[in-house]
Amino acid sequence: MHEMALAESVVSIAEREARRAGAERITSVRLEIGALSHVVPEAMRFAFSAVSRGSLAEGARLDILRVPGRAWCHDCGREIEISALGDACPACGGYSVQVTGGQEMRVKDLEVA
Amino acid sequence: MCTTCGCGRAEVTIEGEGHGTPHHHHHHHGDHDHSHGHGPLGAAHAPGLSEARIIEVEENILAANDAAAAHNRAHLEAAGVLALNLVSSPGSGKTTLLARTAQDLKARMPVSVIEGDQQTSNDADRIRAAGVPAVQINTGKGCHLDADMVHRALHGLTLEAGGALFIENVGNLVCPAGFDLGEAAKVVILSVTEGEDKPLKYPDMFAAARLMVLNKADLLPYVPFDVDKCVEYARRINPEIEVLTVSALTGEGLDAWYDWIEARRREAGAGAARQAAG
Repeated sequence: MHEMALAESVVSIAEREARRAGAERITSVRLEIGALSHVVPEAMRFAFSAVSRGSLAEGARLDILRVPGRAWCHDCGREIEISALGDACPACGGYSVQVTGGQEMRVKDLEVA
Repeated sequence: MCTTCGCGRAEVTIEGEGHGTPHHHHHHHGDHDHSHGHGPLGAAHAPGLSEARIIEVEENILAANDAAAAHNRAHLEAAGVLALNLVSSPGSGKTTLLARTAQDLKARMPVSVIEGDQQTSNDADRIRAAGVPAVQINTGKGCHLDADMVHRALHGLTLEAGGALFIENVGNLVCPAGFDLGEAAKVVILSVTEGEDKPLKYPDMFAAARLMVLNKADLLPYVPFDVDKCVEYARRINPEIEVLTVSALTGEGLDAWYDWIEARRREAGAGAARQAAG
């Protein structure tokens, strides 16, 4: 459940930015999470609600924007979309697939009051 | 999707459940008290709520860990020390491999060890019994080591140029994958008593590793593990991954493992020399 540690980082980044802006409360946090990243969104939601207690982000809504997994297929020479590591190329069925995107885990923005 | 505010909660897919199953929705719409800023600019379509502001952040969630890892890496490279992050599920024989490796290599190079476990110092005790300096990290409930823990553990070790530092991560094939510790390479250890399809089941770890060590090779005659299939699966995830088959118990294949470590150590030494010259 490494989402706990990741959620702690999210809260600490969010609190730092909110304080810098002189805000009293964080009402929502938006994350960008790639389909091929290390995060299970539901685990992140659970962890966020647990670790944000007592912080400026307590009660804040967590929005998770999913970024699709992107890869290059060496067999058919195409840019493809995959939903998990180890997926075959949807076009040719080959496994010579190199991930090119969809691994991000970012705090995109916050809404504060 | 919530039709009142458009908050999407549809990420969960449960095999066999199919689409259209009502997903649970945790926030309460009776006393709808969260502000309405879903769009990029927080378009306020529900008037009367407190004035909200959007702060752009665009920061990697792991930025703090990555910065600490970069610090460790610079420190280790400058010291001319090869650091390897050993990862596996519990029971792969990781500690047995490490204890034997430390014992066999200590005459050839300075060896030190950082041990990560949730509890006990048993593993560090075992390494120290082999006459090799070791620091135990207990993560408590934590499921992985992070760069700051390793940074703190490094303070308890004397790093000698030309040496090798083995960091044994918490036995867990999932969580340690995303946390850079500042190592030169991750080494994933898989034993032949496990399923050969583990690279497909836990792809993040095999994608992150430079080398896969298949351990407990002495048991191959007694288990249905298919080495070729396992390697094929691992390369499906990571076409570049190197593979060695060993038995930490009988010593089979260990010379190739030590050669691999030597080659990486030469790379680390060359890196340190470049730094010193530059």
